[in-house]
Amino acid sequence: MSVSAPGNATTEGTQPAAPRSFGDSVSAAFSPITDRLRVLEVDTRMLGMLGALVIIWVGFNILSGGTFLSPRNLWNLSVQSASIAIMATGMVLIIVSRNIDLSVGSMLGFLGYTMAMIQAVWIPNDLGFGHEQPWIWIITLILGIALGFFVGGLQGFVVAYAGVPSFIVTLGGLLVWRGLIFRYAQGQTIAPMESTFQMLGGGTVGTRVGALGEWPSWILGIVLSVAIVYLQISSRRRRRKYGFPVRPLWAEGLVGAVSCGIVLGVVLVANNYPLPVNVAIAYAEEHGITVPPGGLFIPTGVAFPVLIMLIVTLVVTFLATRRRFGRYVYAIGGNPDAASLAGINVRRTIMLTFALMGSLAAISAAVQTARLNAAVTNLGVQNELDVISAAVIGGTSFSGGIGTVPGAILGAVVMQSLRSGMVLLLVDSPTQDIVVGIVLVVAVGLDTLVRRRSR
Amino acid sequence: MAVSQHAGTPAPSTQRVPLVELRNIRVSFGGVRAVEGVSMDLYPGEVVGVVGGNGAGKTTLMRTLSGARPPDGGQIFVNGQPVSIANPRDAKALGIETIYQTLALADNLDAPANCFLGRELMGGGSLNDSAMESETRKVIGRLNPNFKNFKTPVLRLSGGQRQAVAIARAIQFNAKVLIMDEPTAALGPAETSQVHNLVRQLKSEGIGIFLVSHDIHDVFDLSERISVMYHGRLVGTVNKNDVTTDEVLGMIILGKPPTKLTSQELAELHG
Repeated sequence: MSVSAPGNATTEGTQPAAPRSFGDSVSAAFSPITDRLRVLEVDTRMLGMLGALVIIWVGFNILSGGTFLSPRNLWNLSVQSASIAIMATGMVLIIVSRNIDLSVGSMLGFLGYTMAMIQAVWIPNDLGFGHEQPWIWIITLILGIALGFFVGGLQGFVVAYAGVPSFIVTLGGLLVWRGLIFRYAQGQTIAPMESTFQMLGGGTVGTRVGALGEWPSWILGIVLSVAIVYLQISSRRRRRKYGFPVRPLWAEGLVGAVSCGIVLGVVLVANNYPLPVNVAIAYAEEHGITVPPGGLFIPTGVAFPVLIMLIVTLVVTFLATRRRFGRYVYAIGGNPDAASLAGINVRRTIMLTFALMGSLAAISAAVQTARLNAAVTNLGVQNELDVISAAVIGGTSFSGGIGTVPGAILGAVVMQSLRSGMVLLLVDSPTQDIVVGIVLVVAVGLDTLVRRRSR
Repeated sequence: MAVSQHAGTPAPSTQRVPLVELRNIRVSFGGVRAVEGVSMDLYPGEVVGVVGGNGAGKTTLMRTLSGARPPDGGQIFVNGQPVSIANPRDAKALGIETIYQTLALADNLDAPANCFLGRELMGGGSLNDSAMESETRKVIGRLNPNFKNFKTPVLRLSGGQRQAVAIARAIQFNAKVLIMDEPTAALGPAETSQVHNLVRQLKSEGIGIFLVSHDIHDVFDLSERISVMYHGRLVGTVNKNDVTTDEVLGMIILGKPPTKLTSQELAELHG
């Protein structure tokens, strides 16, 4: 985000206008800082959100007497954020292309129920394979994602080709998909989930744990860090090859160090969260480990829902920034007429954003049903609001064309941090809603003010 | 049509096949006939000015050629072959590029992304942004050597810079036919003269240009022939050297070819 300041940017030389409003004054006060940040080529909005997150975390940590920033709480926070964050990545693309999907919560419920029926009723009973086949979880997941793609794509088709506003189509979807759940089981809970499938939720079944464990987590962290550095180097090489300016080495180093630090920090926290005592003891017995007198510390590692979120983030970010599909989504959001005059197939692109959203709802549905070890009729209720809030707090603009996938992830973490912190402080649920609602409006309000100034 | 295609001295191209020929084009919006049976042609290395008052149908006619709005009737020939242009992709495939009056830029994207919109360069399964930026730097450098902001959204660029992006997009892909709809309407004098130089340069490269403009002086400066439209019809196409600006103004305002203008009407034009 460039906040225009004297002596930079356009060759025309922008006039440093006198501050006119609160937003003007705010951004004017920060312009020396943003100048320096521009060298780093870091998104200042993203940085602002990270700052807000740090304030929230430190604040809750003080108020809760050090509980909030314990590995245990952070590990749970990461798992709780995952299912909303997964869907928020898709919601960004929907909102960027000037649409909305209100049906994600109901879609999640419908897809979760379908996946529960597949693994708990249809495959074991109707097809007679019995429970606990090793391939059930993957078949269930693939069918669920495919159905999500179809269901989302169906809504997208009506939006794009029939020209019905997405608000209406997905409002209808919200009712239809929720209603269909009752066709399956007349409102009964479907349980239990197959045991490997349950791992997707990050829980434990016997001695099996839905997390990577210590060494795989470190390997993941190291692989990601190497990938970050590699991408930086190859991008510098490419820019050099074309003779473009590259950012100074100190800036490159700082960005790389901070990125790798965050990745390794997440792994460190996850590895400092031990398995629950009874699971650890059972594990020790199974592996012939003698339990030391001080108790057994077996690191849990990065939870599978978080790993899934990570993969989804990488895939959707790649689609959004490195593929034509994403470029077109942003172009449509910026100027739909320009996009179609440029020969872009606008309708197909819009339909695909909804199909992608459906697939992501299916992945989240798998995580949630696995975590609950059941499909219940209110699965995913109001999730659409959390998902939209996450995207919007993460900097996605309803006027279209603006929003990032990492921003939405951060937005989901901010939302979940607020909720989780308030739970720790024993704030009741209605008050939580009031706070989250106010934060949503204030965050977007501030963002709009700053953005208006930067135009 | 009252005036023959090549009134006066022969156009530079009597024997050649026209690059583009619009024959009897019709466009209606609901009951409103925006373009009624208009024919025009364009030869390589030629600039044809398309002029007329507001609502004369200039832009609508050009949009049939750029694929933005397929015609309801009539035929389009490119290099003598009948073609069907159903959408902008078809037009671009035929080498017909358009600079729209609105510029048609995605404001949230940067200059390279806009220049290559719909025709992105790929490498290894992903967008090759560096290659696109490199190409864009070359082309925009030709238009405006002071242009530096290749990484900022075009929203933050000045009117002239945005125009440069729109023009760069049109000439990036070896256009054979260029439609320029009011290319200088938003520009200052220096930028206008840059655009004029560009038009002359493109012309010398053998590109045919339809120049849609309100500005009669622009049109006289740059075109060989001038087609005048009035209320959806073609008043006539005249050779620039055979007419005066007053006569063309008469065609625009009164909708009559110069031969039918009375001296009294001409006098009235001057108030």
